[in-house]
Amino acid sequence: MSLNVPNHKVCTWTQDYDNPASLATYTANGGYEALKKILAEKTPAEQIIEQLKISALRGRGGAGFPTGLKWSFMPRNYEGDKYIVCNTDEGEPGTFKDRDILRFNPHQLIEGMIIAGYTLGARAGYNYIHGEIFEQYQSWERALDEARAAGLLGNNILGSGWNFDLHAHHGYGAYVCGEETALLESIEGKKGQPRFKPPFPASYGLYGKPTTINNTETLASVPWIMRHGGQAFLDLGKPNNGGSKIFSVSGHVERPGNYEVRMGTPFSELLEMAGGVRGGRHLKAVIPGGSSVPVLPGATMMELTMDYDSIAKAGSYLGAGSVIVMDDTVCMVKALERLAYFYFEESCGQCTPCREGTGWMYRVIHRIEHGQGRPEDLDLLMSVGTNISGRTICALGDAAVGPVHSFLKHFRNEFEYHIEHKRCMVGA
Amino acid sequence: MLSTESLAQIDREIAKYPADQKQSAVMSALRIAQVEKGWLAPESIEFVATYLGMPTIAVYEVASFYNMYDLRPVGAHKLTVCTNISCQLQGVDAVVAKIQAKLGIGFGETTPDGRFTLKEGECFGSCGDGPLCLHNNHTLHTRLTADNVDAFLEGLK
Ligand SMILES: Cc1cc2nc3c(=O)[nH]c(=O)nc-3n(C[C@H](O)[C@H](O)[C@H](O)COP(=O)(O)O)c2cc1C
Ligand code: SF4
Ligand code: FES
Repeated sequence: MSLNVPNHKVCTWTQDYDNPASLATYTANGGYEALKKILAEKTPAEQIIEQLKISALRGRGGAGFPTGLKWSFMPRNYEGDKYIVCNTDEGEPGTFKDRDILRFNPHQLIEGMIIAGYTLGARAGYNYIHGEIFEQYQSWERALDEARAAGLLGNNILGSGWNFDLHAHHGYGAYVCGEETALLESIEGKKGQPRFKPPFPASYGLYGKPTTINNTETLASVPWIMRHGGQAFLDLGKPNNGGSKIFSVSGHVERPGNYEVRMGTPFSELLEMAGGVRGGRHLKAVIPGGSSVPVLPGATMMELTMDYDSIAKAGSYLGAGSVIVMDDTVCMVKALERLAYFYFEESCGQCTPCREGTGWMYRVIHRIEHGQGRPEDLDLLMSVGTNISGRTICALGDAAVGPVHSFLKHFRNEFEYHIEHKRCMVGA
Repeated sequence: MLSTESLAQIDREIAKYPADQKQSAVMSALRIAQVEKGWLAPESIEFVATYLGMPTIAVYEVASFYNMYDLRPVGAHKLTVCTNISCQLQGVDAVVAKIQAKLGIGFGETTPDGRFTLKEGECFGSCGDGPLCLHNNHTLHTRLTADNVDAFLEGLK
């Protein structure tokens, strides 16, 4: 069970070892072999990108964009500096997989970023780490020092004559910095406010230079793919949904935690791995991909498999693979109130529909929760949401609407009960 | 003015970025200043601005945009509790009630003796280990319950 002997664990295999995060554990199991081979054979960039395309690796940060295609957007013959940026600003409620990659398998991310740097012709790379996991900012820097001491970073990497270095940059409490252009602004020493797109980062990124931004799990999957081939990765999952994926399971399960399974694994199996619904209670609802994606009724989820296409067909998104489980004790009004507060609090304020709309939605849901709702409030919520969607600079605006519209779609009766009886239906 | 040790730390951060992009170190520099001084007083913000060759207003904008910077004094122990959805489902309300009863303060408040400040946080990206409390911005205490939270608070003395 390592990078050498493939089983389904692409990113979490080191957790079977005593010192999972050490360079020694990583190299003893085939770590950095892919990089060594690439540098020794001077593998052409096109070949690496081709393997990524075959693998059907899709961005693990939430949008599921094909990674090989994204890498092919970087200008090949650009004369100046280029950058590779890793997004570990994991702050989407329900998501906690990238923290574990930094804790238990930091070198696989480092190797993935070096291979990315080589393929894309970058001069340096930065990993933007969520401020609240500062301990991982420090531990990842220690892993970088280890790699540097072993000649894997810096000048003349492994005698190849190629120079490349990696650095850690931390956030300090702003969800919106997970949005890729806000993240770039933040590395540039500014407020984290998203940029208008286009231009896209591949042409105008960090310091205005061509930049590729990928999620931590995406980049950490690259060494495995280069070692075993794109086809082997694809075969772990299903067509168009290659590989395994770490699912963060939280909420009302017996054992909240990360579970790396093949793409296409039935939700029911994943739930069982997490110990099932706590206390054997009834599964009421699941948010399958982090707080920003539409909620689905429990019964619907039990019929689905965990991959981009299956969840999308059911009207939600796989997102970052953040599975929030709710049992029958949950008041959906209270749950939505908390989510609405989050988007209101974290809106960067640049676009009027998002700045005003998130506050408005929160206030309406707050009054429903507190027994002051009015019959017309549900239509009002729908229309405020509709007026945000598609009218903002970044996707945070849409992210704020997804929960509101889907909670009302699937659990409207609870909201109506709250308005009519001025109290909660759950437990009534 | 910051200590020589803090300045050495800031210099290490500056070295990560291209020579003409010193301002990229502003987030770290503010964090380092805050750790040394306890909070970010106007003098500290001005000092960081001068040190990095940035307009003071630009540094102030950064300090006020990100939630973990404190622009007002806080207690010796700043406790930030994530109350977002996963932590809520995993029982954070009971933990918060216990902390508030024990310290006699609500969110956004500091105890009269200046020892504790309590803040409400957004997702720490660590939900599987929730409920969670972030101590002085950098140390995460995991799997809190209404039963073990007393011991956690005692341990901070
Ligand atoms: C509000 C908002 C928050 C985001 N947060 C994250 C995040 O924490 N981590 C992440 O990888 N991507 C996040 N994204 C998506 C990124 O913008 C980007 O698509 C992603 O990092 C690309 O990497 P990938 O293609 O490997 O997924 C966020 C997007 C938005 C709009
Ligand atoms: S949609 Fe919201 S968070 Fe995104 S840029 Fe506009 S105001 Fe900022
Ligand atoms: S919801 Fe509390 S850490 Fe994510």
